[in-house]
Parts: sequence; structure tokens; C-alpha cells
Amino acid sequence: MVWTDTDPMVSIKDLHKSFGALEVLKGVSMDIMKGEVICIIGPSGSGKSTLIRCVNALNNFQSGSILVEGQEVNDPDLDKLELRKKVGMVFQQYNLFPHKTAIENIMMAPLLVLKDKKEDVEKLARGLIKKVRLEGKEDSYPGELSGGQQQRVAIARSLAMNPDVMLFDEVTAALDPETVNEVLQTIRDLAEDGMTCILVTHEMGFAREVADHIYFTDRGVIVEHGPPATFFDAAKDPRTIEFLGQIL
Amino acid sequence: MNNQTHKIMPVMMLTPKPRPDDRFQLRPWHGLVLIVVCIAASIPAAFAATDPGRASTWDILVQWMPLLLKGFIFNIIISISAMALGTLAGAALGLGQISLNPVVRKFAWITTQFFRNAPWLVLLFFAMFLLPFEWKIFGLTIPLPDWLKAMFGLALPVMANVSEIVRGAVVSLPSGQWEAAESLAFSRTQVLWRIILPQCVKRMLPPWMNLYSILTMATVLASIVGVSEVMTLTGQALAAEGGRSDLLIPFYSFVLFLFFVYCYPIARLTVRLEKKFAVKT
Repeated sequence: MVWTDTDPMVSIKDLHKSFGALEVLKGVSMDIMKGEVICIIGPSGSGKSTLIRCVNALNNFQSGSILVEGQEVNDPDLDKLELRKKVGMVFQQYNLFPHKTAIENIMMAPLLVLKDKKEDVEKLARGLIKKVRLEGKEDSYPGELSGGQQQRVAIARSLAMNPDVMLFDEVTAALDPETVNEVLQTIRDLAEDGMTCILVTHEMGFAREVADHIYFTDRGVIVEHGPPATFFDAAKDPRTIEFLGQIL
Repeated sequence: MNNQTHKIMPVMMLTPKPRPDDRFQLRPWHGLVLIVVCIAASIPAAFAATDPGRASTWDILVQWMPLLLKGFIFNIIISISAMALGTLAGAALGLGQISLNPVVRKFAWITTQFFRNAPWLVLLFFAMFLLPFEWKIFGLTIPLPDWLKAMFGLALPVMANVSEIVRGAVVSLPSGQWEAAESLAFSRTQVLWRIILPQCVKRMLPPWMNLYSILTMATVLASIVGVSEVMTLTGQALAAEGGRSDLLIPFYSFVLFLFFVYCYPIARLTVRLEKKFAVKT
């Protein structure tokens, strides 16, 4: 069967993942359509990060299936590099390359992985710097940038590979409160541009605003999911209600 | 309570912060003092033994200095070449230790551990007696002089230590660097050579220089196996002067002084680099 973009972009079915004896994902399923923004919320240690790290094969998993544009991630013959060209990822700790300037961070992967022409990549990188509102910071090293600025460079770096799906792993969790909004604004712009996004987040207000669908995970399972309005205002499961009561 | 703290505060602020400069630090002139003290200490002995027909201690030392310096340069040559060879082999071994291939990894690990936990002198003896004095390939005879064998012998522990420095630097980088690079579809080789190792060079430099200092000082071990380096020549010079006991301290002080003058700046630079890199990352 050939994948078309009316099929789910990412389709997760009955995903099980253990670290040794500890089972962190106990049968998780979800479908993400092209252009959709979904948010995964839940208490710490509920397996949210592990879940999205399985999507780009940073973590392996024991059973179940993840299809990214029809490509099975659990396939032992999987070409991880091809998968990762399609799936971008942004981390909580930014993880910029400290020995490279902002623009070099952005240009590295297109130059070395996609082997694109230098002048094209530079044009692309300058466009992305503008998109994440960091004009003038091209030649700054990560150590010279604030957390929010570094995170926006990290988003631009990931976008430079022109991915079809973006994974955001608690990208505002390490930021100072005053810089959270600049990063959220960048993600909001992306969502409006129609980028397919999977976010693990603790920013409930933001989740409610940008997400098409919210998933609530606890102890390795999806407890409840739905569109933001239903999810936040008419949660049914007692665990969801308790969690929302604690943080809202 | 509040009142008290208010009273105490200004007093505390007036106390000068201990500056690192106030601490005692070895400086090059300390080395000069050391040699002067040593020579001065030997003067009474020299006078006691002096009869009019014998030359003074200082004159004898000056007379032998060019030869001893030549010997010392030989020590430096051995140290530099052993370091170069050991670094090349050690870098390869260190990369082997982080290889994904379990056979390569195990081999590199065992080799590293073996040579790292062996006394340098024993390795030196092994190299001296295991290596032939000449090598015949395709009718071509390559002589292996003693100093070259000593160089190989000293390069072995250097290799093992460099291997650990490389491995240590690679694993000390945050795993986020690997993850970020992998999620950008870099291949493992690209991650290693473009992202990880360039960041490691900074971390590896201070311990590497430290190792070089230790190696330089260890080159005198070669005297035991008969290489004509500075210690061997000092012994020979003393013998040629008829084994005069008043010459021992000045001569060996001179050797100490040479090593100090060469190694101390390296140690200072290492500390400087350590400080610089510690602040940056």
C-alpha cells in the first residue's frame, strides 16, 4: 500500500516500550494527520518523552508499530537517516552545537547530510533566522545567546532539513518564564504554516490554543484524548480531572 | 537578630576575599633558587676536597654542560617522538573503545587497560629486549638503535593513556549532543568527526599536555637500558672526573634544573588552559 497524505502522517499502534524490567509505554495508539498539531500532556514519568523519541527512532521499542508516512519504524532494516530527514526534533535542553555559530548550527545538516549547495543553504538559513526572529544573531555562539534564543536556533536548525513532522520535547521546560513566550510564538507560527507537530508540553494554555487534539498519558497509557475544548472543559476520567485540577 | 546581622554585614564585606594570586605558586625563579642552593650546599664539600691542583666544581660543570645539554636535547627528541607515536596509536585505540563493533571495543579496551596498568620501566625493558637491533625487509636492513627502541617502549604507556583521554572526553560530552546530531540525520561517523571530536579537543588538551610532562620526565628511564641520554651522560661525566663525590650534587642539580625549566612552563600552560576551558563550558 502506498502512503498518500490523506493517510495518517504518523500512525502509532499498540506501542510497548520497556527499559529493562520497567515498562514505560503499555500499548499506546494515536494517529496524526498532515498539518495536525497534537499535544501530549501528563505527569512526569508517564512516558511522554519516550513516546515521541520512539517516533524518530532515538529510542527503540519492543512491540507495536509506528508508521511515519507509511514507513514502519520498527523494521530492523529501517534506514534511520531517511526517517530522520522527515522527522525534526527539538529538545528541552536545546542541544545546540557549542563550537558552531547560530547560522553554522542551522547550515550543518543541510550541507553535510543533504549535500545541498552552500549558497542555497546559506539563503535558507538566513530565511530561517528571520522566521524565528533572530536577525543579527547569525554569528553568535550558543553560549552568547539566552535560553529562548538558543531554543529558537534549535527550531530553525531542525526546520532547515525541511521535515514533514516536528517533534517538540518539553521545549519550554528549561526556559526562563520571560523567554517562554518567544519560543511558543515560533511554534505557533509553524502551526499556522501547516507544519505537522507533536508536542510534549506542560504549557496548558498554549496546548489549548494551538492543539487540534490533546492526549493525556499516565503510567504508560493514554487515559483520555480529545479536542482541546472537550478535553479541558469536559474531562471524564478521574485521573485527568485530578491532573488538570492540580495544574490549572 | 536582625540588628545583629546589620552590624555584622559591613564587617564581613570589608574582609578581603582571598585572591588566588596570594597562594604560594611555583615560579621559574624558584627553580633558579633551587639550583643555587644545591650548588652552594656543595661548595664546602668542594673546598674541603680542594687541593691547589684541582679545578673548581663550577669550572668542571661548565666544561661538561654542552655534552649534558646535548643529552637533554636527546631526551626531548625521545619524548616528542614517543608522544607523537603514542598519540596516533592512542587516538585510534580510544576511538576503538567507543566503537559499535563489540570485538573492536573489547580489543581496544583490553589493550588500553593492559598498557595503562603496566610499569613504564617494565614496558621499556620489553621493548628493548623484544625488538631486534635491526630489521630486514626485502633485503633492506633498517637498524633499530637503542634510542628508537626506547621511544617505542615509552610510546606504549602513552598510547594507553591517550586512549583513555580520548574515551573519557567523548563520554564526558552530554548525550544531548549525540541525540541532537542523530535526529538531524547525521551518520555516526559524521556525528563523531563533525560534532563530538571537535568539542573533545579542548577537553583533551590539558590532560594530554600533562601526560607529555610526565613522559618527558620518564625519558630518564632510558638511561637504565643504556641510551645515551642526559642521565647516562651525567654518570659518564662523573666517572670521567674520577668519581669525585663533591661533583654529584652540582651535576644532578643541573639535570634537575634542565627538566624543571622545560617542564614547568608546560605545567603552567596546562593549568591556564584548564581554567580557560572550565569557564567556557
